[in-house]
Amino acid sequence: MSSQEENIKIRTSGVTVHYGAAQALHGIDLDIRANEVTALIGPSGCGKSTFLRCINRMNDVIEDCHFGGKIEIDGEDIYSGEIDVVELRARVGMVFQKPNPFPKSIYDNVAYGPRIHGLASSKDELDHMVETSLRRAGLWQEVHDRLHTSGSGLSGGQQQRLCIARTIAVDPNVVLMDEPCSALDPIATAIIEELIEELRSQYTIVIVTHSMQQAARVSQRTAYFHLGHLVEHGDTDRIFTNPANKQTEAYISGKIG
Amino acid sequence: MGSEHIVSSFDNDLAELNHMVARLGGLAEQQFAAAVEALETRNTSNIDAIVEADKQLDKLEFELNERAIEVIARRSPMAKDLRRIIVALRVAGNLERIGDYAKNIAKRSRVIIEHEKSLGDNVSIARIAGLTQQMINQVLDAYATGDAELAMDVWDRDMDVDQLHTSIFREVLEQIGADSERVSAGSQLLFVAKNIERIGDYATGIAEQIYFVKHGEFPSQTRPKADDSSSSAIDQS
Repeated sequence: MSSQEENIKIRTSGVTVHYGAAQALHGIDLDIRANEVTALIGPSGCGKSTFLRCINRMNDVIEDCHFGGKIEIDGEDIYSGEIDVVELRARVGMVFQKPNPFPKSIYDNVAYGPRIHGLASSKDELDHMVETSLRRAGLWQEVHDRLHTSGSGLSGGQQQRLCIARTIAVDPNVVLMDEPCSALDPIATAIIEELIEELRSQYTIVIVTHSMQQAARVSQRTAYFHLGHLVEHGDTDRIFTNPANKQTEAYISGKIG
Repeated sequence: MGSEHIVSSFDNDLAELNHMVARLGGLAEQQFAAAVEALETRNTSNIDAIVEADKQLDKLEFELNERAIEVIARRSPMAKDLRRIIVALRVAGNLERIGDYAKNIAKRSRVIIEHEKSLGDNVSIARIAGLTQQMINQVLDAYATGDAELAMDVWDRDMDVDQLHTSIFREVLEQIGADSERVSAGSQLLFVAKNIERIGDYATGIAEQIYFVKHGEFPSQTRPKADDSSSSAIDQS
């Protein structure tokens, strides 16, 4: 099938990453479909976070980190010389494990991206962007009357939604999430998961998670990584009920592989 | 079905469910054998005990259901573990139904024994019961060992039971047709044969579940069927 028919947003081929002499990824070929949530799972050190960080070139800043292979987003090679990395990271946003709001007001946290990218031409337009982003992140109702108080005064779950609002304020089309709920309680987690489901109609989402249940709940596709290799990739429904690979089965069932 | 979860108490939970299914299977086998023996030996003395013992099966199935729900809630099973637990629930349901049919055979046998001593003597009830008992025995072995091939052998043999049921059905119809005083006992015997045939179907259903645990999908062939009793009638000409 052509990428047109399958609606492939991100195509990675032969992706390798070395940290100095140590090879972290061994030739990853993974197609990620638009408007779907793809979950990357696997034991610690399997390369899933390294792989995630290749998609917006976050590994570039790590000394001695060497990328090989090819990643295309909408058919464009993101490692080619013509790519503006800052612009790429606006298109491919990222949400981290620990909520990391800037030590600024709620408003300024969300307005930060549009400001540095010059996306708003007036105060009204910026206000509108902040409101829309907070609404999409499901936070507006809770914070609209205290936009100018500090973002760090929010609860953990609210802070994480603020970080999601900040990410989507610059209108990305891919959102990467690296264990976005690992610091949250079950209710805050459920709210983020509900949000992920709502966001996928507009964004392509790739999420790294250590929770098998979370991967099963939020994703349409799941990729299992082990020792820097992509072991298995397929429909989440199948991966968690009838995985093809014995290593995948052992991992998701909590067995010694 | 060997497995070695990092959390070893999960293995214990799964083993316990298997053990409960095995106990249910043993009870269902016993009940069926006792019901068939009562009919074959024309002995009603054991029938009340058979009817009473069915409660044990119901109780054990209920306990297994509760235990399985607890395991699902606590362990969030995935993949084969999930299939094993869901299948334990379904197999327990099938075995409980086999017990119900055994009880029903026992009740009907009483009527047959009391009304008509000779009816069915030349009918192959013993043969169909024997075949079905073998199927249950083998399918329970297949369950205990997770042997999908052995299970599929049971699956294939359901056709023999169906064929035999059709021929019993016709034989009994002929006997009733020849002697109208045999209608009440004969009708009961038709139901007994049907119950045994249904027990064979449940054994076949269990075989499919065993295949599903191993392969994650159900057997692809259409299930062999040879029960033509629904189109049989007394020849009135």
